[in-house]
Amino acid sequence: MTIQEAQNQIIEEFAMFDEWMDKYEYIIELGNNLEEFGEKNKTPSNLIQGCQSRVWLNGEMENGKIIFTADSDAIITKGIIALLVKILSNRTPEEVMNANLFFIEKIGLRENLSPTRANGLVSMIKNMKAYGLAFNSMIK
Amino acid sequence: MINIAKIKSDFPILQQKIYGKDLVYLDSGATTQKPVQVIEKIKQVYSEINSNIHRGVHLLSNKSTEEYENARKTVKEFINAKSTKEVIFTKGTTEAINLVAFSFGELFVNEADEILIAETEHHSNIVPWQMMCKRKKGKLKVIPAKENGEFDIEKFKALLNPKTKLVAVAHVSNSLGIINPIEEIIDEAHKFGAKVLIDGAQAVQHLKVNVQKLNCDFYAFSGHKIYAETGIGVLYGKEDILEKLPPYQGGGDMIKTVSFEKTEYADLPLKFEAGTANYVGAISMSEAIKYINNIGLSEIQKHETDLLNYATEKLSEIDGLKIIGKSKHKTSAISFTLKNIHHYDAGLILDKLGIAVRTGTHCAEPAMKHFGITGTIRASFAMYNTKEDVDKLIAGINKVKIMLS
Repeated sequence: MTIQEAQNQIIEEFAMFDEWMDKYEYIIELGNNLEEFGEKNKTPSNLIQGCQSRVWLNGEMENGKIIFTADSDAIITKGIIALLVKILSNRTPEEVMNANLFFIEKIGLRENLSPTRANGLVSMIKNMKAYGLAFNSMIK
Repeated sequence: MINIAKIKSDFPILQQKIYGKDLVYLDSGATTQKPVQVIEKIKQVYSEINSNIHRGVHLLSNKSTEEYENARKTVKEFINAKSTKEVIFTKGTTEAINLVAFSFGELFVNEADEILIAETEHHSNIVPWQMMCKRKKGKLKVIPAKENGEFDIEKFKALLNPKTKLVAVAHVSNSLGIINPIEEIIDEAHKFGAKVLIDGAQAVQHLKVNVQKLNCDFYAFSGHKIYAETGIGVLYGKEDILEKLPPYQGGGDMIKTVSFEKTEYADLPLKFEAGTANYVGAISMSEAIKYINNIGLSEIQKHETDLLNYATEKLSEIDGLKIIGKSKHKTSAISFTLKNIHHYDAGLILDKLGIAVRTGTHCAEPAMKHFGITGTIRASFAMYNTKEDVDKLIAGINKVKIMLS
């Protein structure tokens, strides 16, 4: 499945919910089910600090693809991270680098995209892409 | 008796629905909403008299100047300054503090001199002093707060010494709503010849401020937190000190004559008002003050105290809810945490219920560190809030708890 297709699938899933409550409940569930990040990875260098919530992100290369793991102290943020991981993990650095992420707005979570203080989601995407860039230059 | 229904109806923004629900606005600590009287005044200024002040010879410029200078008089009376020379219009509290940090620092702070601030200050009353101390090689010292977040007067006294040049504390802490004992702080600081700046951003809309009685040297506040426009604020300063201080910025209204050899600065207060002043903002602030005065600050305070007590009582009944910064001396802001629930998650869910609260560190990271937390949920009230708003908040929190646990 391409990044584009993965996003379309998520958009489709969210289209089933009429109520914001159901959307959030689903996101909370995704957050709770996100793969264990591991305390040892909660290093300052993996921390993306925002005014609202903290996010930890780690990326490692396996067989030419980036495996992302992440965590947050806020569960809704964590749920959205789960979506990002679903879309961007297990992709080549080039795919990550060039990903056009349109799903967040489409699923009605625009308020999570505030560029400055909201929750580091924008910085999170930036950081994921930075991993893509870094790994890409390493393999070249 | 204060008529809250009438007051609420004066604020157009409060009449709207958010996600189909009545808006419950509990973020007045960040900014207050504007009454129709202020909005209409701004409209009137732009439709009828808008013209640059202090320059034109024409009728509109004269009218505009007159309203701007009348606004200064309104502010002077509002805080009981001795003279309009002591009322400087700024962009807001932050600029007022930066002005003092620059101009006062330039003249009075030398190497190893000390500036004292409180641990619970917000960043606007921390960073300007850090910058000043770096520039002038001064020392920034922090007055530790008591465990509950209250100002610790004993620790403060122990820090005072002849090297203390200035003490900068908030009248009311933004993150906790605690009222600091500023009368005592000012008296103690003066014993050592230190000057005192009071950050009144969270105070003037709730408490009657009398700068002469307080005897503070500087007092700063913002228009947007007292029901006026954004981009306008006030620095009060004692005239004799302001006379001595060098200007903060150059250009526009702050000069008397300019030649390439020498510039003569304007008299107070214009010396500190470089560039085209935000005259519309100043006029809107004057209108907001008139609105407040019509209702009466003591009436407003009584209503807000009632709300605070009611909210404190109701919130305390919620299992797992912890109020941060408990004190008998508070204005209408309550910060709290919920056990095992992140403030950001709570804020997002409350938002969907039409309830606007502030979450996070409230630009007071050291204060959060003091309590060992990463942030709080803050409900801050203004005169237009009702017990019904509090009830909706309580119901909202219960919903948050169901969804997140």
